Amino acid sequence: MAIALPRLRRRKLKREPIGIYVLLTLMAAVMIMPMYLMVINAFKPLEELFLFPPRYYVMNPTLNNFTDLLIATGAAWVPFSRYLFNSLFITITVVSLHVLVACMCAYPLAKSRAPGVKLMFNLVVASLMFSPTVTNIPRYLIINRLRLIDTYWALILPAVAGSFGTFLMKQFLEQVPNELMEAARIDGASEWTMFWRLIMPMSRPAWATLIIFSWISSWNDEWGPLVFTRTEAMKTLPLAIHTMFSGSNAIARAGASAAAGLLQTAPTIILFLIMQKRVISTMAHAGIK
Amino acid sequence: MAQVTEVRAGLPKKPSLEARFKRAVREARRWRIHYLFMAPFMILFTIFTIIPVISSIYLSFTYFNVLEPPRWIGWSNFKLLFLEDDIFIIALKNTLLFAIITGPVSFFLQFFLAWLINSLKYRIAYTLAFYAPSITSGLAMGAIWQVLFSGDYYGYLNYILIRLGILHEPYIWLSNVNTMLPIVIIVSLWMSMGSGFLAFLAGLQNMNEELYEAGKVDGVRNRFQEVWYITLPMMKPQLLFGAVMAVVRSLEVSGVAVALTGLPSPLYATHTIMTHLQDYAFIRFEMGYASSISVVLFLMMFGLSRFFMRVLSTKGEY
Repeated sequence: MAIALPRLRRRKLKREPIGIYVLLTLMAAVMIMPMYLMVINAFKPLEELFLFPPRYYVMNPTLNNFTDLLIATGAAWVPFSRYLFNSLFITITVVSLHVLVACMCAYPLAKSRAPGVKLMFNLVVASLMFSPTVTNIPRYLIINRLRLIDTYWALILPAVAGSFGTFLMKQFLEQVPNELMEAARIDGASEWTMFWRLIMPMSRPAWATLIIFSWISSWNDEWGPLVFTRTEAMKTLPLAIHTMFSGSNAIARAGASAAAGLLQTAPTIILFLIMQKRVISTMAHAGIK
Repeated sequence: MAQVTEVRAGLPKKPSLEARFKRAVREARRWRIHYLFMAPFMILFTIFTIIPVISSIYLSFTYFNVLEPPRWIGWSNFKLLFLEDDIFIIALKNTLLFAIITGPVSFFLQFFLAWLINSLKYRIAYTLAFYAPSITSGLAMGAIWQVLFSGDYYGYLNYILIRLGILHEPYIWLSNVNTMLPIVIIVSLWMSMGSGFLAFLAGLQNMNEELYEAGKVDGVRNRFQEVWYITLPMMKPQLLFGAVMAVVRSLEVSGVAVALTGLPSPLYATHTIMTHLQDYAFIRFEMGYASSISVVLFLMMFGLSRFFMRVLSTKGEY
């Protein structure tokens, strides 16, 4: 293998399989239906929202729902931008810290022969199986004892401590070839250099995926802000939307609720697309030849 | 190179306890930088996950109603759970039935679809479509199911079936004992393109193309053989991740069941271990009993996962 050919990440097929496309497109249509309905409902005028039988398209698209949403949120106790800021700040901090901390921990878990590593990995996996419903009370007491209630840390630190990301990263890092690491060690690379120059670039599909998971769980989290914060100025976007549009409001402001749902989901979709692109456009095994 | 170190690590056959301890200390010294790598996560993990879990295990042996301090009652909760709580037995049956179907089906579906999509042109569009339910989750999804399976003439399913002449009057899908569990299973499968699916896709991107070429030289003839002999063995780490997540998700089912049929469900037809737990935790405030349910659930999941870890272990393969 003297000449490095450009490698296609896509497994090449001899011909494009029409049957598979048709089948997958049908399934995809069913899967994406709720999201599609959410998008079009945001642009439906009120009379169309309650039409029966329901329409799968918008006859007279309108932006009224969004102005309604503005009016509804204008009546809130704190400016709506505060909820948005809280959500963005918390989620971005959680995602960055979580990915960094999980990757750093996963590297020895996958590759180190240091004693105790296996036990720690088993603890990480086992902790995934203990229902959060029960552990939430002790967790609340701990956060209270640390005097973190009603601070951003109360929402950030427990999310960073989630074992899901570490488990995911450890599984991917196992696939980094040992030969490559030995070669780097012989070349005098320190563990720190190895982590940043070898492990992280090679596991890009993995951490791009972890960013998606971490974003979704933190961005949509309602339980955390509900329990760990007290003042209105600390609440986040999903919780604000939920309180505004639950119960009877869900029907009275159906249009605004749909608009809010769309606005809440849009950043996730954009991030998802960006990260999926990064998953694909990697050369994970570059340098192995 | 890797093999040499592997052999050295396994050299001392049956060392004395003292020698083993000394060796462990020496190894720990040698790799102390690795402990530093793990430290940030492990500290947070211990404070916010390990300590709460241990506290909950302690609570499972107590009577604890959140208001008064917990009172130690030994094994009573567990005895009550298995010997006298008939509803728990129903929940156990429902959960197992549910898990036996959704666990394997969702696992294979996730891998199969990831594998199919990975070789297609409009990969990102299909990935988004299949992952959409996990993004939209919560309020929006619940509303859709309710309308779809609504028991009056206005439910989509009833509407379609009546128009087609299959039904003559609306069927109460979400209150009839015969259809409740199947519907919960179907909706769960619909929602199941989750973390495993994305992990498989990322794993397929991680595959070394040269292996496929080497496989061709070695006589791999068709796509099926390619998957069986090359893709699956190489994807073991991701498969293990997907399997553990499938175990956890299928045994922990509750969200879908509660959203569709309420808590508690009519005649406990979709009552699961998790909804039983929530019943005691959030409605009756018997946290001690709820904790003992979660301990039982944990043991079930842990046992199953150990099995998969053994089957899909990847010791020293890379």
